[in-house]
Amino acid sequence: MTSDVQTQIESIVKSNKIVVFMKGNRLMPQCGFSNNVVQIMNMLGVPYETVDVLEDENIRQGIKAYSSWPTIPQVYINGEFVGGSDIMVELYNSGKLQEQVEIALAS
Amino acid sequence: MIHPDQVASMIKSGIPDADVQIQDLTGGNDHYQIVVISPTFEGKGLVQQHQLVYGAVQSAMSSEAIHALSLKTYTPEEWATASAAS
Repeated sequence: MTSDVQTQIESIVKSNKIVVFMKGNRLMPQCGFSNNVVQIMNMLGVPYETVDVLEDENIRQGIKAYSSWPTIPQVYINGEFVGGSDIMVELYNSGKLQEQVEIALAS
Repeated sequence: MIHPDQVASMIKSGIPDADVQIQDLTGGNDHYQIVVISPTFEGKGLVQQHQLVYGAVQSAMSSEAIHALSLKTYTPEEWATASAAS
């Protein structure tokens, strides 16, 4: 991953409280796993940013190296990698995601 | 495409004490639901647990032999509780 892709990703992650790197966008998710995450974020009813990795192959591959996580979607809260679809579903079902999101938005 | 037994052996070589259960979600040998139970997960967060499994199957993921992976990770105690509850 080139340093400017890394810098680009870093700035997106650091300048948004909640950001989802996904396939497609919140209105038209292009993959079932990305859709899971969009549905969860919509149910939480909190503001969040999305980045469509299908529009930029450098980001699509760079984000996997950035978090050393091989799949899309990827969710970042307060600049921290939280997880992909499976982990977001588990965190949502356990109520832990709501806590993390409230803390992030309050900070 | 990759055979479920190959996926299981990849995970076991990465996490030797793991018990692995694999389900082919679509019949196409590239969309898997995998349950991994291992004492190695103790004290680790979900992200680290999943990263251990992804690390073990990294080559199959990057070659897209595995297109999608749905993961559930448990320590032996968590698995005992989960299966007792179900």
